[in-house]
Amino acid sequence: MNKARTNPFNKTAMHGALIIYTLIALFPVFVILINSFKTRKAIFREPLAMPDSESFSMIGYQTVMKQGDFFLYFQNSMIVTVASLFFVLLFGAMAAFALAEYRFRGNLWMGLYLALGIMIPIRIGTVAILEMMVATGLVNTLWALILVYTAQGLPLAVFILSEFMRQVSEDLKNAGRVDGLSEYTIFFRLVLPLVRPAMATVAVFNMIPIWNDLWFPLILAPAEETKTLTLGSQVFIGQFVTDWNAVLSALSMAILPVLVLYVIFSRQLIRGITSGAVK
Amino acid sequence: MTALSLTNVNKSFGKVHVLKDISFEVEDGEFVVFVGPSGCGKSTLLRVIAGLEDATSGEIKIGEDVVNLTPPSKRGIAMVFQSYALYPHLNVRGNMSLALKQEGQSKNVIAERVNKAAAMLNLGEYLERFPSELSGGQRQRVAIGRAIVREPKLFLFDEPLSNLDAALRMNTRIEIANLHKQLSASMIYVTHDQTEAMTLADKIVVLRDGRVEQIGSPMDLYNNPANKFVAGFLGSPSMNFFPAGLVSEGDDRTIGIRPEDLFVAEDGALSATVTHVEKLGGDTNVVARLDSHQITARLFGQHDVEEGTGIRFGFAPERIYRFDQEGARLSQ
Repeated sequence: MNKARTNPFNKTAMHGALIIYTLIALFPVFVILINSFKTRKAIFREPLAMPDSESFSMIGYQTVMKQGDFFLYFQNSMIVTVASLFFVLLFGAMAAFALAEYRFRGNLWMGLYLALGIMIPIRIGTVAILEMMVATGLVNTLWALILVYTAQGLPLAVFILSEFMRQVSEDLKNAGRVDGLSEYTIFFRLVLPLVRPAMATVAVFNMIPIWNDLWFPLILAPAEETKTLTLGSQVFIGQFVTDWNAVLSALSMAILPVLVLYVIFSRQLIRGITSGAVK
Repeated sequence: MTALSLTNVNKSFGKVHVLKDISFEVEDGEFVVFVGPSGCGKSTLLRVIAGLEDATSGEIKIGEDVVNLTPPSKRGIAMVFQSYALYPHLNVRGNMSLALKQEGQSKNVIAERVNKAAAMLNLGEYLERFPSELSGGQRQRVAIGRAIVREPKLFLFDEPLSNLDAALRMNTRIEIANLHKQLSASMIYVTHDQTEAMTLADKIVVLRDGRVEQIGSPMDLYNNPANKFVAGFLGSPSMNFFPAGLVSEGDDRTIGIRPEDLFVAEDGALSATVTHVEKLGGDTNVVARLDSHQITARLFGQHDVEEGTGIRFGFAPERIYRFDQEGARLSQ
């Protein structure tokens, strides 16, 4: 294995493949970014050209700022995403800990039941969800979205996290018990830090679909004050005319926060913190 | 006074009966070792004593109190785990003082006890380090220190040396023995290694399939095993067994003899073929095939024995053990 790693040809080939993949992955983002700074004509004439002094224009961003309350949409998206992730991780980890740690009647069935949601798309239940939200008066509130996304994220979270929780050293948890720590302290102080990489994985998996979702905001919270970014951007896409400058500018701005969140979580993905706890 | 007493303790996981009617006592200041092959239930027994598992039936008393329903932290015990189980987010001092903080001890008491334990274990200069910055032996000492600071009525060790390499294992073994002398505390120690059991224990509890096979002092068990299992488990190389029929016609019992009790003799009763010779310098182990049985002789000093040649072993009749078909020991 070491030999293969130090072989210069393999190294070049590996880096080459990674660079090509990076270019392919970043290309659409790049095109969106450069075109968001161009005039409408320039976008259509030469979509791949960099903006120059002639074609440079901030018209897209200006439209976005003028039309609707873009910062409110932005804030709504942020609140919904962060709150949903928080609840998914909190409840998912707690359920996973219980399933992995405690022997109780129906443990296996409970685990299967909680994981079942992975196979059933939540959108099938849209009508029922809408009726429920109407009945509870949650329509057009951010809570409606947070609750739905939490429900949507939990199955995968429980499934992945319980697998990781089982790998946390039994001895470590028992040492905590002998030392008089409560089950909650054991969970929050000993177990959670050790499964942080798994939590980050779950967070990344859940974050992007929630941030990009159009379906539930459109159905459950279409009011002006609860619009999310994705829904807010739709005003620029018409049936006959699409304001491409505005769409591209909105998209460019929507990419940023996801990028930041991703960077935060991905550092956790890489960091190995188990060393020293158990051999 | 007894530090711990178990009366008819049983433990089942669903339909699997893991511990069967276990009863014994640990006196104050005694070093008791549970020994047995893997899967014999010795770790489960330790966890039941610690309170990490509930006994299905039976009574567990630590000191004067029945503790069946007492949580682990209130039982007056401290435990050292095989994998050290140090808290990764706390430094050595934090690891050692956490339990005392949970008990609500004052800062002075905590500092005093931690420093005392650190001095005892030569951990003074590592107090501010994190577990990830320590070697395996140091981690195990921290784990032991974490137990000492609590000043428990009973120490529980769960195979504490299995993760250490051979040289360190011997040193740590001696350290634990010294610790036992210094603290004169009651200790229970689980191991599958019969050398650890023989060298450390005041009293050995041999377990097999969740049952106590025999309890006694190391030499008691070595010289007077109750059955073939105990005879074969203690001692290294282990006891030789062969049908008595090979020596006296028509005898259907099994004969057991320790390797060191065999000697090479021209007119010896056992005629065998040498298959392998281990020269250890101090001793020579001769492995030979007797009929279809493998026997080992441990000869003191250095001997030149050639592999593949025939050899005759003799033994003193009073040194042999006899066992019946079920493996129970028979009087001579």
